[in-house]
Amino acid sequence: MMYGWTGTALRINLTTRQIMKEPLREEWAHEYIGGRGLGARYLLAEVDPTINPFSPDNKMMIVTGPLTGTNASCGSRYMVITKGPLTNAITTSNSGGTWGPELKAAGYDMLILEGRASSPCYLWIYNDQVEIRDAGHLWGKTVWETEEQLKTEVGVPDAIIASIGPAGEKLVRFACIMNDLHRAAGRSGVGAVMGSKNLKAVVVRGTGGVRLADPKTYMEAQWAMKIKLRESPVTSQGLPIYGTEVLVNVINEHGALPTRNHQETVFEHAEAISGETLTDTRLVSNKACFSCTIACGRVATLPGDAAGKYAVTTHPHNWNIAGEGPEYEAAWAMGSECGVGDLDALIKANWLCNELGMDAISFGATVAAAMELYEKGAVPLAEAGIPLNFGSGEALIAMAEKVAYREGFGTELAEGSKRMTEKFGRPELFMGVRGQEFAAYEARAIQGMGLGYATSNRGACHLKAYTVAAEILGLPRQMDPRATEGKAELTKVFQDATATVDATGLCQFLTFGIGLEEILPQLSAATGVTYTIEDLMKIGERIWNLERLWNERSGMTGKEDTLPNRILAEPIPSGPAKGQVNRLGEMLPEYYQLRGWDTDGKITEEKLKELGLA
Amino acid sequence: MKQLRIIPDKCTSCLQCELACSFVQTGTFQPSRSLIRVYVFDEQASYAPYTCFQCSEAWCMTACPVNAIALDPATGAKVIMDNVCVGCAVCTIACPYGTVFYNPDTHKAVKCDLCGGDPACVKACPTDAIEYVEMEQPDWLTSWAQRVDERFHTMQEGGH
Repeated sequence: MMYGWTGTALRINLTTRQIMKEPLREEWAHEYIGGRGLGARYLLAEVDPTINPFSPDNKMMIVTGPLTGTNASCGSRYMVITKGPLTNAITTSNSGGTWGPELKAAGYDMLILEGRASSPCYLWIYNDQVEIRDAGHLWGKTVWETEEQLKTEVGVPDAIIASIGPAGEKLVRFACIMNDLHRAAGRSGVGAVMGSKNLKAVVVRGTGGVRLADPKTYMEAQWAMKIKLRESPVTSQGLPIYGTEVLVNVINEHGALPTRNHQETVFEHAEAISGETLTDTRLVSNKACFSCTIACGRVATLPGDAAGKYAVTTHPHNWNIAGEGPEYEAAWAMGSECGVGDLDALIKANWLCNELGMDAISFGATVAAAMELYEKGAVPLAEAGIPLNFGSGEALIAMAEKVAYREGFGTELAEGSKRMTEKFGRPELFMGVRGQEFAAYEARAIQGMGLGYATSNRGACHLKAYTVAAEILGLPRQMDPRATEGKAELTKVFQDATATVDATGLCQFLTFGIGLEEILPQLSAATGVTYTIEDLMKIGERIWNLERLWNERSGMTGKEDTLPNRILAEPIPSGPAKGQVNRLGEMLPEYYQLRGWDTDGKITEEKLKELGLA
Repeated sequence: MKQLRIIPDKCTSCLQCELACSFVQTGTFQPSRSLIRVYVFDEQASYAPYTCFQCSEAWCMTACPVNAIALDPATGAKVIMDNVCVGCAVCTIACPYGTVFYNPDTHKAVKCDLCGGDPACVKACPTDAIEYVEMEQPDWLTSWAQRVDERFHTMQEGGH
C-alpha cells in the first residue's frame, strides 16, 4: 500500500482504445516524487525525444503529486509533461483548480495518454469506471460551452473537466489545457498536443480519498506551514488582496516591465492595468484553488458599457457577469508588451484566451511581435487585415479570435512569434528562448532572470527559477538585480528547489512564505518515505538534469542557452534601468560549472552517474 | 449556545473545511465524505459553505423511526447514534436543507455533530468565513439568501 500516492497509473491508448490500470513505478515515485519529476521520468522511458510533437507516438503524462488532494496549503496541482509543439522541448505545464485532486480522488496518480483517436473523443473517468466517448458534437465548442455541456451529458454535476478549446483543436502552438473554466496548464502548447490526439476533454469524478502514512505528524506539519503563510505579508495580504497583479507597479518602478515587444521597459499606463486598479474598479472577489489558503485568483467583471466596448463574434453568456483574471503575466503580455493600457480590453482578451483555450502570455507576446512587424513595415496592412498598432485594444481582441480559429493573419500568430518573425524576415524581433516567449520580467534589468530564461528547459519561463524573489522582492534575502555575481548559484538553487516543489503537487506561490524545510515534514509524513532536505535538493537537481537530458536527446545543445540580441546588445533606452543589457556571458560559464556540465553545457557522464541517470 | 455562523462573502472556495471535515470522518482527505459542502456559483463569484445548522425544528429527529438522533445537551447538536441507526435514510429526505447524508460504506446516516463542540471546519477556514460563536438564532441563511437574490437580480439587469 502506498500513502500520499494512490499507487495507480491510468494508461489510455487512444489508437487502440485500450484502457489499462497499472501500478505506479514505486522506485520512480520515491526518486522523483510526482508531478513534474515523475512525468519527466516516464517520458524519458517511453517517448523518443526526436519525434514530431503532433505524432501519435508523442505521449502526454498528466501527473499529480503525493500532496495533491491533501489539505496541505495549495495542494491542488497537476502537471502536463509531453513534447511541446511551441518549443520542441519537454513541457512542464502546471495547473491548479480542482481537477488534479479529483483525479486522485478517482484513484489515479497520473494519466498516460498515448496514440491518436480516429475521431474526436473525450474520457469519462468515474472512479474505476473509465470510458472513451464520442466528442464529435463537442468539436469546435469553446472551453466554457464544453464544460457546461459535459456536466449535463455525464449526468454528474460534481464532475470536473479539463478540456481544450478551438485553439487546441486547430493546433495553435500555444494552446492550453483548461480546467475549472479559468485554470490553465498554459504554456508550450500542451493543448495542441491534446488536440492532435483528437481528445477534447477529460471528465473526472472521484469519491475516494488520499491516505496518509502518519496522519498525526502530517497534521502538525501542515498547521505549522499554514501559520507561516498567515504570517507572511505576501501570502496573507499581497496576493489575496491584489493577486499577482500587485507586481505591475513594483516591476514597472524598477524599469523592468517589458513594453512594446521589449523596445522599452517602463510602461506609461502601468497604473491603469495594475492590481490596485483592478481591485478598486473591476474585482468581484478573490478565489482559491483546491486547498489553497492564499487565494490569489481574481474574479473580475465588466460592468455596463465595458462589456460591450469591444465587439467579439463569440458571445459568452457571462460577459457582463464575472470571470477570472487577468493575472500579472497575462496583464503584462497583453497590456504593456502590446502597449495596451485599457484594463477592460485586457479582461476581455483574457477571458477570450480562457474560453478559446490558449496561453495568454504567448498570445499577448506574439501579438506584440506582430505589432512590431507591422509598425516596422514587415507586414503590410493587406496581409494583417486590420491595423496592428501598439496600444490597440481592438487589435488585441480581434486577434484573440483570429488566432484561436486560425482565421486570416491569425494563422501566422498561431505558430508562435519565433516562427512568425522568421517567416516575415525579422527573426531578431522574437523575444524568447527555445521558441517560447518571455514572461513579464525584463532580463536586462534583472540579470538573474536572463540566466533563468536562457537555461530554462521548457523555453523562456518565469516559473523555473523565480530569481525576482531575491533580486526585487528581497526574498529570502535582497540581491542587486543589476549585479551578475552570485546569480549563477542563485539560479541553480532556485531551479532545483522549484523542480522539487513542482513534483510534490504543491503550488510555487507557497514559497513566498515558506521553504522546503516546511514542505519536507508534510511530504515525509504523507508518503511514509523519509526524505531529508539534501534528498529534496538532489531530487530537484535530478529532475532538472533529466529534463535537460531529454532535450539533449532531441538535438538541443548549449547553443540554445542564449537570449535575443535585443536583450544582450541593445541597451534599455530609458527609465530606471536605462543603459543596461543582460550580461549572460558573465553568468553562464559559472552556471555550467556549478551544474557539473562541460563548457558547452553538455551534461557529463559523471553527473548522470551521480544522479542515477546513466 | 454556540452556533456555526457562516459568512459566504469571506469564502474563497478553497475547500479546507471539506478537507478538515472529511479527515474527521475518515482519517483521509476525501471531500465526497465531508458533511460541510461549499457550493460554488461561478458566474456570481459566490461561494457558500453549507452544513447542518442544528435547526430547532430538527425534522431529521422527528422523522427517524428508531429514535437514532439525539440532542447533545452540551452543544445543542443533533447527533446520530451509529449503534441505533438502521440506515433507512428517512432523515436524509426529511431534512429540508439537504445536510444529512448517507454513507454507502457504513450504510448509516451521517450528519454534522459540531465535532463535540470543537468544529474542525472552523479551525481549518483560512478566512474566518466559518465561526463558532454565541448566537441566539442562526439567521445567516436568510440574510445570505436575500443578498444573493439581490446581487443576482442586479447582475441580470446588466449592472454589477
